[in-house]
Amino acid sequence: MESNKVLNAEGLACPMPVVKAKKEIDNLNAGDILEIHATDKGAASDIPAWTKSSGHELVQQDEENDILKFWIKKA
Amino acid sequence: MAEEEKNGTTMIVFDGDLDKAMASFIIATGAAAMGKQVTMFFTFWGLNVLRKENVQGGSDKKFMEKMFEKIMPRGPEKLSLSKMNFGGMGPKMMKKMMKNHNVSSLQEMIEMAQELDIKMVACTMSMDVMGLKEEELIDGLEYAGVASYLSEAEHSNLNLFI
Repeated sequence: MESNKVLNAEGLACPMPVVKAKKEIDNLNAGDILEIHATDKGAASDIPAWTKSSGHELVQQDEENDILKFWIKKA
Repeated sequence: MAEEEKNGTTMIVFDGDLDKAMASFIIATGAAAMGKQVTMFFTFWGLNVLRKENVQGGSDKKFMEKMFEKIMPRGPEKLSLSKMNFGGMGPKMMKKMMKNHNVSSLQEMIEMAQELDIKMVACTMSMDVMGLKEEELIDGLEYAGVASYLSEAEHSNLNLFI
């Protein structure tokens, strides 16, 4: 899936994936897609929870070789 | 009062233990990432989390205030654990394990909190009681009392005492 920006949060522990995601998405325009890669197991539910609370849209979620991938559309 | 969307997170950081301070800052930075207006109130032992490592409080302190200044931990590197402190070995082991798991240090979390515009407030009453001066605490703090905290808490839908 196409994205406007890829955030590599691999190796980062809680709460850094959501903190970085917030910082990255602030730099994007509404409708842009932020792609996040994370390895923290909690991210599997944390990124969707963050997306919901902050009003953005989780377009797609995937796991590939133990790397969690998320595509988030900025509100 | 008109219906208001509460979007605040307020926390009282009462304890000055490394583990509890870590938990406070993880929740605070997480909440800020979720778009909350976060305010952390530091009172009693929690103030030690905000102390600078190498600053003396000046010579106009009373005897007991000087004693407190000496005995209380100076800043994030000097805090004890609430469990398994083992005379200072516990925190060393905990920091090593945190590093191995790529968890940010407390110092880094505090810097991150400031970057995320988390409001950190030092309770002036407990500063007075323990003889802590503004120059002994890190920069960028606000100084206030219980009414400011309560008024912030009114606009908050998450309120923790740690």
